[in-house]
Amino acid sequence: MTMTTDTLTTHIPDVLQTAGPDARSAGRKEWADVCAYDALLPERGAAALVGGVQVALFRTYDGEIHAVSNRDPFSGAYVLSRGIVGTRGDAPTVASPMHKEVFDLRTGVCFDHPEVAVPVYEVRIRDGRVEVVVT
Amino acid sequence: MTMTQHRGHLVVVGNGMVGQRLVEAVRERDAGHGWRITVLGEEPRPAYDRVALTSYLTGTSAEELSVVPEGCYTDEHCVLHVGDPAVAVDRDAKTVTTASGRVVEYDALVLATGSSPFVPPIPGADADGCFVYRTLEDLDAIRERAGTAGTGAVVGGGLLGLEAANALRSLGVATHVVEFAPRLMPAQIDQGGGEMLRRKIEELGLTVHTATATQQIEALDDGRLRMVFADGDPLDVGMVVFSAGIRPRDQLARDCGLEVGERGGIVVDEGCRTSDPNIWAIGECALACGKIYGLVAPGYDMAEVVADRLVDGDAAFTEADMSTKLKLLGVDVASFGDAHAATPDALEVVYADPVAGVYKKLVVTDDASTMLGGVLVGDASAYAALRTMVGQPLPDTPEQVLMVGPATSSLDDAAQVCSCQNVSAGTIRAAINDEGCCDVASVKACTKAGTVCGSCVPLIKTLIAQSGVEVSTALCEHFEMSRAELFDVIRVTGARTFSEIIARHGTGRGCDICKPAVASILASLDSGHILDGEQAALQDTNDHFLANLQRNGTYSVVPRVPGGELTPEKLIVIGEVARDFGLYTKITGGQRIDMFGARVDQLPAIWKRLVDAGFESGHAYGKALRTVKSCVGSTWCRYGVQDSTSLAIMLELRYRGLRSPHKLKSGVSGCARECAEARSKDFGIIASENGWNLYLGGNGGFNPRHAVQFAVDLSTEDLVRTIDRFLMFYIRTADRLQRTAAWMEALNEEHGDGLEYLRRVIVDDELGICADLDAAMQRHVEAYADEWAAVLEDEEKLSRFVSFVNAPDVPDPSIQFVTERDQIRPADQSPSDGPVPIAGPELEVVRR
Repeated sequence: MTMTTDTLTTHIPDVLQTAGPDARSAGRKEWADVCAYDALLPERGAAALVGGVQVALFRTYDGEIHAVSNRDPFSGAYVLSRGIVGTRGDAPTVASPMHKEVFDLRTGVCFDHPEVAVPVYEVRIRDGRVEVVVT
Repeated sequence: MTMTQHRGHLVVVGNGMVGQRLVEAVRERDAGHGWRITVLGEEPRPAYDRVALTSYLTGTSAEELSVVPEGCYTDEHCVLHVGDPAVAVDRDAKTVTTASGRVVEYDALVLATGSSPFVPPIPGADADGCFVYRTLEDLDAIRERAGTAGTGAVVGGGLLGLEAANALRSLGVATHVVEFAPRLMPAQIDQGGGEMLRRKIEELGLTVHTATATQQIEALDDGRLRMVFADGDPLDVGMVVFSAGIRPRDQLARDCGLEVGERGGIVVDEGCRTSDPNIWAIGECALACGKIYGLVAPGYDMAEVVADRLVDGDAAFTEADMSTKLKLLGVDVASFGDAHAATPDALEVVYADPVAGVYKKLVVTDDASTMLGGVLVGDASAYAALRTMVGQPLPDTPEQVLMVGPATSSLDDAAQVCSCQNVSAGTIRAAINDEGCCDVASVKACTKAGTVCGSCVPLIKTLIAQSGVEVSTALCEHFEMSRAELFDVIRVTGARTFSEIIARHGTGRGCDICKPAVASILASLDSGHILDGEQAALQDTNDHFLANLQRNGTYSVVPRVPGGELTPEKLIVIGEVARDFGLYTKITGGQRIDMFGARVDQLPAIWKRLVDAGFESGHAYGKALRTVKSCVGSTWCRYGVQDSTSLAIMLELRYRGLRSPHKLKSGVSGCARECAEARSKDFGIIASENGWNLYLGGNGGFNPRHAVQFAVDLSTEDLVRTIDRFLMFYIRTADRLQRTAAWMEALNEEHGDGLEYLRRVIVDDELGICADLDAAMQRHVEAYADEWAAVLEDEEKLSRFVSFVNAPDVPDPSIQFVTERDQIRPADQSPSDGPVPIAGPELEVVRR
């Protein structure tokens, strides 16, 4: 069958899935190892490929790690990890590098368009390693 | 609800400022289109701002001068024919015939034919090289002649004459002013003010001849003109401009038998109606209250009166306020009310300071209780406030009012602040308090005050300040300071990390507004690598990856091509790099080549190839100098007068990597033909026979502006020093993302004449900062290093150039391309793209 470019950008080909068993089909919480905590720059993001899903990881000033989808919902480009990290009030934020929409890193909700949110992933630090759950 | 009432066909002859105002005024009052309007204009373009005519010579385009609002002539109710003057009126048939033979029937006819320049009847006044100063076409002709004239004379030392003299001077012509009366501006100011004005003008290098009658103009064999005077030696000049007053254009009215004045002008009554009840006349062609008014404000008043009458109103035109304020050759000149003390027993209180070049006079009643008028030369800052007091009781002694100026808080709501648009203090206060206007721009937009001559802008500012409206200059929620204030704080405190700066001077942890602003300030001050340490986290994605983000998450790469000059070998390297990495190539407007479609992980390898071939970063990604565009100049071009390419290369290499509040573009043209489009740049240089002319504050983009002339005939050394200071002063004081054009407009708002202020700061060194600005630029030049090469030498920085932190070798699979015209382009959501992914050499796409 033919595939549209839309499906191409949302379903990543199998060959690229680097993590173990597919967490979605397993139906339980599966922590995937991503990288060393120290590999993340303070107040900057990094993209990771987890089970074929692009995750944007952010290490904020207080040492916390946040994980949201790397896909900017406004442009469709996978670029959120390259945005500027900051705060709005108490909320840790990232601004999309494409057109500067600002997202709350805790909830994924866009400040300027509250009806839009990006998926948020569970994340933890274990033995100096960053792990996420992509469900 | 308004009933549409069919009124008939209104024909307006003339599309100058006043004719245009009439059309707008009728349309405002006549929402139901009861009047169908046809406008017949003589000039080849719609109405433009003749008050600002001179600015056309220093960079303002004809389009920018237009006063016709968008949509004014786009429907069938309102039609404008330009370039087709009316030549005859048949009052019996009620028709107007135009030069092209068009015959238009009217129910109401408004004559707004304006005036023509008065050329004294002296022999030779029509010689080649003699001009008048009235239309854009006149100015084009003057500009062309000025290129070779060398010297020129303006006949007429009045308001228009000095305006013309200013224009000649700005064109690099050594200018003489020849005035018949014993002083300059005889109609507006007195002998004392005239003397002060003369001194000021002669300081600028002009030669003033007063009490001088021109008797004859002889054409000499070499094309020059000899002016012969009633007494004194003759004067040889390259051109003569007549600007000795105006004559109403009333021929059309005379030919159809309308009543005209003894000395010209179409006689009108208080409703501006002529001797034919179906015909009105307004503006400079009309003789109203026994006078011809050569100012725009009374013309506007007449337009409003006729518009009102046309919708059955009874508005009347009464004697108009002839107050004027101008900046002539950089000198403030103003007169208001009874400037010549013509009122019986009027007293004159005069203050003169020949050292400062200031002359002020108040005319008051014999008991010094009531203000009648005055003259201000050299400092007219009190003009707007003083003018509103004419006929009012003096709030203080005349000396006090003269020296200190009246308190604006005492301004009555009825006091007229803007005489051009007839806007009162009350209207402006209402705009501020009720409409939420908090700056001059919004008051202008809301009330139209200050939009014609601008002389009341200081008063508008005062009214805003008095209203207590706070204008926030805070950068964002994290910094209370403006960018300029933050720049000073960082410069003075020596703080060099964002953490330190925000801890001491801000709140929270920053955002996409303040972080790049601080990064830019640090880069302007330090010249360290922009990805060093904490700075890396402050950068926008473009600066972070030293490339330009495109819509699909890929980047484009632009190597520097100084001045647009490129060897065949280097051209081949660019071609090879683009081919080997599968990049889309396009020639940019800045005379370089942009390569699109690079993933972050490809960038270092692309740079390596380019750097090895002698290229460096072109800073296309930065708020920094982009390019200095150039033509080939005198090296190749038949018309070039200077080597524009060498200058462009020198300037581009000098300012490369200079971080600024917004991008900076420049261009150098080798002659006045301007092929490098230098006047659309932040700083543009155009070669002259004697050196370089410098233009500042232009840009293309959303709101195009022409750069304005700042200096002429500069040596290369003086040129570079002036640009150094201009750039550094801009970098230190502009707002974030404020380009030079907007910054210079802000200087205008703040200092009256922004260009003059800039000259005082960066040429006369009035603030004493030039040595500091020069040193800052020197540090920049010495510390410059290529940002790409520095990354290639730094393993830690290189490690960031991966698509995925956990899979450094995997390219981003979301990036897909299709081909179009034999090159790649991003695959988008449109179905027509079809599934033709070419993902580059490393990635094999699985189909299913």
